[in-house]
Amino acid sequence: MVTFPGTCDDRDAIRAVEICGGEAVPLWHGDDDLRQVDGVFLPGGFSYGDHLRCGAIASHSPVMAAVRDFAAMGGPVLGVCNGFQVLCEAGLLPGILQRNHHGRFNCLEADLVVERTAAWTGDAAPGTVLRVPVKHGEGAWYAPDDAVERIEASGQVVLRYADDINGAAGRVAGVCNEAGNVFGLMPHPEHAVDPLLGSTDGRSIVGGLVGLAAVVGT
Amino acid sequence: MKVTVLVRPKDGILDPQGEAIDRSLQGLGYASRGVRAGKVFDLELDAATAADARKAASELADAVLANALIEQFEVIVHDG
Repeated sequence: MVTFPGTCDDRDAIRAVEICGGEAVPLWHGDDDLRQVDGVFLPGGFSYGDHLRCGAIASHSPVMAAVRDFAAMGGPVLGVCNGFQVLCEAGLLPGILQRNHHGRFNCLEADLVVERTAAWTGDAAPGTVLRVPVKHGEGAWYAPDDAVERIEASGQVVLRYADDINGAAGRVAGVCNEAGNVFGLMPHPEHAVDPLLGSTDGRSIVGGLVGLAAVVGT
Repeated sequence: MKVTVLVRPKDGILDPQGEAIDRSLQGLGYASRGVRAGKVFDLELDAATAADARKAASELADAVLANALIEQFEVIVHDG
């Protein structure tokens, strides 16, 4: 669990990982090694105040060099919200997150449609709808048209918004890299793991990371 | 050496910030007919020549200040 200065969802995310049967190891932005973790979670927040662009400065931090190496070796990496933005800025995921096209902050529960069967969504069948909270001002995923075509064709779109809530290209809510071991999404699965809060659908995503990490660990 | 880097949204890329400013200006009665919002970075660089400063500024703008997917940048060297 990586904490940057300005990260604010790391404690919820640690709790979610534990609910899903994982063990969370705290990592700091200045760390240059990952303490032999089997998976990486980049949680949401406002890393380095989101100055310059969301996630831009964090993408150059020491810990991200280690995350880059880890991802290159096939290690599972999950980025949520600001974590997704960091992964895009780092070039580990395609595209970038733009300001919501309607110009307003989104604070709502979104229905996410599972696009294809993947470990990242607990092997849920395509068409399964997950209800997960979103809270973002810069959540509109963008990539040039030819890149979007390529990403769609190679099955990298994992989750799509049921409704267009922010102007994202192709209503993309979550996308993975070509190898499939790095996944980022704007919605917050770590806020949807306890029945008290209305939905436990986030467990399939956080559990997806825990499951992939368990494979690495064996 | 003083260098200015201007970062703008690329042509054709949606700029919700500029659009919101445009709408507000129109609402205030100004004759605004389109706004594109960018950023200005005034840098003080350690460089021997203007060419060196331009090269260094272009490198850091490309690597950090601008994201080439949606932004373009321009470097202005204030020589002397």
